[in-house]
Amino acid sequence: MSLINSVPEMVLTSKVDAMLNWTRKSSLWYMLFGLACCAIEMMQTGGPRSDLDRFGMAPRATPRVSDLMIVAGTLTLKMALRTKVLYDQMPDPKYVVSMGSCSNCGGLFQLAYSVCDGVDKIIPVDVYVPGCPPRPEALTEGLILLQDKMMNEKWLTRSAPLTVA
Amino acid sequence: MDARAIHKLLANEFGDGVGNFVEQPTEPHIEVDATAIAKVCSYLKENGDLNFEHLSNLTATDYLEENRIRIIYHLHSYKHARWLTLKVAVDRENPHVATLENVYPVANWLEREAYDLVGVNFDGHSDLRRILMPDDWVGHPLRKDFQEPSHYHGISTVRESMLTINRN
Repeated sequence: MSLINSVPEMVLTSKVDAMLNWTRKSSLWYMLFGLACCAIEMMQTGGPRSDLDRFGMAPRATPRVSDLMIVAGTLTLKMALRTKVLYDQMPDPKYVVSMGSCSNCGGLFQLAYSVCDGVDKIIPVDVYVPGCPPRPEALTEGLILLQDKMMNEKWLTRSAPLTVA
Repeated sequence: MDARAIHKLLANEFGDGVGNFVEQPTEPHIEVDATAIAKVCSYLKENGDLNFEHLSNLTATDYLEENRIRIIYHLHSYKHARWLTLKVAVDRENPHVATLENVYPVANWLEREAYDLVGVNFDGHSDLRRILMPDDWVGHPLRKDFQEPSHYHGISTVRESMLTINRN
């Protein structure tokens, strides 16, 4: 006799991992971290037309209550040190989305003396969203990709290698 | 009154403190001696026929071949709707020029920027610190011979991109 048929119809069964991952991915609070023009598109993504709220995402003004950092814009060397501090202030588990060419690889400004070419030199990045700047649709897809990634996590062994479905 | 007439007026008033008038189609300008710039600007601001009450821009450019740095002042008169460009050439090794802070308070930040990026020292400035680059930055990045350090606080500044590879 299978477990499914042994309980009343009102009860749903699931795995602990899937349950925890689902709760976590459904309330991703992202830190407002607009560094340049990509921030405008990030605001649009959070706005009513693209509406990140439907994924349970809400903008936060402080890293201490955030799960996700969306690095939106050109990262200067001066800001890079601050970025590291902000990332360290975020509680685990934490995720980083690199939004746009500048934070992916320095973009147009990668040869400038003041620019750090790529936020992955400073902090680990989960999802890279290409574009200059990416449209809200692109950022939304990146965030859905991140949610897929989160659904594949093993809750007790976060260090296990992750795969995206 | 055009720039040439203003130059004549200034030359009469300040003598050696005012240099040549440089005729250019894009930007005719007046060369001014480094020691006289504050007095000249004060005069341009106070004189009723000129009334350059606004320092619109202050910047500096490095001329490596001439071994000079030129500091460029853009003045604007709202009253007469008129622009004027002044240039001060200083020695590249030890660039010193008097501050305009007492004439135009806005010069405070503009001079800090010129100090930060090109390394011009403004004598008499009340707060000559870096304004854009981090406080612990070494060198002045808009100097033509600026050598970029390989690291900044452990962050490598070696840029491994296709652009770099193609350029070298």
